[in-house]
Amino acid sequence: MSILVIAEHDNSSLKQATLNVVAAAKAVGGDIDVLVAGENCGAVGEAAGKIEGVSKVLVADNAVYGHFLGENLGLLVADLGKGYSHIFAAAGTTGKDFMPRVAALLDVAQISDIVRVESEDTFVRPIYAGNAIATVKSSDSIKVVTVRPTGFDPVSGEGGSAAVEALDNVQDAGVSSFVSEQVAESDRPDLASAGIVISGGRGMQNGENFKMLEQVADLLGAAVGASRAAVDAGFVPNDMQVGQTGKIVAPQLYVAVGISGAIQHLAGMSDSKVIVAINKDEEAPIFQVADYGLVADLFEAVPQLEEELKKAL
Amino acid sequence: MKVLVAVKRVIDYNVKVRVKPDNTGVDLANVKMAMNPFCEIAVEEAVRLKEKGVATEIVVVSIGAKACQEQIRTALALGADRGIHIETDEEVQSLEAAKLLKAVVEKEEPKLVILGKQSIDTDNNQTGQMLAALTGMGQGTFASEVVVEGDKVNVTREVDGGLTTVALNLPAVVTTDLRLNEPRYASLPNIMKAKKKPLDGMTPADLGVELAPRLSTLKVEAPASRQAGVKVADVAELVDKLKNEAKVI
Ligand SMILES: Cc1cc2nc3c(=O)[nH]c(=O)nc-3n(C[C@H](O)[C@H](O)[C@H](O)COP(=O)(O)OP(=O)(O)OC[C@H]3O[C@@H](n4cnc5c(N)ncnc54)[C@H](O)[C@@H]3O)c2cc1C
Repeated sequence: MSILVIAEHDNSSLKQATLNVVAAAKAVGGDIDVLVAGENCGAVGEAAGKIEGVSKVLVADNAVYGHFLGENLGLLVADLGKGYSHIFAAAGTTGKDFMPRVAALLDVAQISDIVRVESEDTFVRPIYAGNAIATVKSSDSIKVVTVRPTGFDPVSGEGGSAAVEALDNVQDAGVSSFVSEQVAESDRPDLASAGIVISGGRGMQNGENFKMLEQVADLLGAAVGASRAAVDAGFVPNDMQVGQTGKIVAPQLYVAVGISGAIQHLAGMSDSKVIVAINKDEEAPIFQVADYGLVADLFEAVPQLEEELKKAL
Repeated sequence: MKVLVAVKRVIDYNVKVRVKPDNTGVDLANVKMAMNPFCEIAVEEAVRLKEKGVATEIVVVSIGAKACQEQIRTALALGADRGIHIETDEEVQSLEAAKLLKAVVEKEEPKLVILGKQSIDTDNNQTGQMLAALTGMGQGTFASEVVVEGDKVNVTREVDGGLTTVALNLPAVVTTDLRLNEPRYASLPNIMKAKKKPLDGMTPADLGVELAPRLSTLKVEAPASRQAGVKVADVAELVDKLKNEAKVI
């Protein structure tokens, strides 16, 4: 068996999710190659070479891959992927965009968002917003798989010494182009991989009030997330949404503030190790999954939390 | 320009999902079904494009058992002009759905195809991208804004890092995210009118597509359930527990 893992990165640094995907690939067994496709992404190729358990790193460095357009990545990965038994990528918005194209071009099914590897052809994945867990077997010769990073403990990003090979494979579908982007700048840890996440919901009332959560987050070194209702209401940007259709997080500690606990929200955070809920409604469903529940008005509890943490930390 | 919208009949998003005791799947007997929420957003976007004078005709297509004609009628009531029902009682996986839609695209030659980014049953998030690849079209996935200009469409996409905008040659595929629009409700007169709108039936065989599922589901289980923990009296107790009991801070 030979597995091609597509690295997740931003052209300058390797994203941690890649280490989780390599872990999933290791669970299958066999040789693992990593593809770094991007523009001026040499440093990422170097970093990928250090990942534990990787045999070879392929670097496709070209302007056509600079913005990770699904049309171009799809062509490249389908072309390279023909030589592998498995193609794995993280189930983030990049992988979700290009991987189904790869599968379609190879005329195989895709298995989305796996959380466990049962064997080389059988995988476990949540369906129905995590309300059911399916074990799925593929009969295709090439398995195209997206991996939910929180399902796998990351391998080490150090200690490997894979050969790094430059590829001369330029695939331009010529049907799409990059126009612009609005990247959220934050000094806080990345939501998807943070050890502590504090999220606010509709109960926060406005974007200004999220500052209260940010102050607590900064004390804890936490990332700040949100429910869909808070994003829809315009309190915070879309990249903060946790849930079935937002980001999937599984931190050591998840603090839900003014969030009712709809199943679509739970789908994104119920694998957290410890869950805290602060809500003024003692009947709120979030309390059914919370390890520690505090029935309180958040406008009193959150400033108190900040004070108590200052004392305790 | 002609817009094709694909819609799927799924379990209503408010329904509590239960796994069958024999672990073969999810219990769908006597459960309320509805149009997938992302497909509603797709229909709404097409209707808005028509109201703006950009779209001239909206064709809505659904694949599945007879019952999914209900969802086609709903889309017609919301403003689609005609429906196509690809009827099958078999399970249709994403790749096959994409092949069926490709056949429809070849017949109908729409300038824009709009689909939901995922269906809330299988949560696959694949069909739109697969259709785009099979037809060689560009794709604007997870769209929060769609602007047609001449022979291009600019799509703003919700991505992990924020927002990114791409320009696609038409014809193109767009898949909808939650914030693209807020779907309207169908009015009673429009529901009545929808009953008279044309709805064509066909089978996968009519479209020359053989259903050959590649994935088999070995079992479906309920997730490990979390137990509710304790209620704490105040913030001081909370911080104490987090520090000394759970040891997470
Ligand atoms: C297809 C689909 C996909 C979805 N995907 C997602 C998703 O990815 N993520 C997601 O989060 N949702 C998602 N949703 C939406 C989900 O169903 C809920 O509507 C949403 O999660 C509710 O957000 P909320 O808990 O912030 O708001 P609400 O349900 O309105 O809850 C607000 C809570 O705040 C509490 N509160 C109010 N004021 C205070 C106060 N002063 N102090 C303390 N507590 C207070 C209230 O008691 C209440 O429990 C999706 C829905 C659909 C249909």
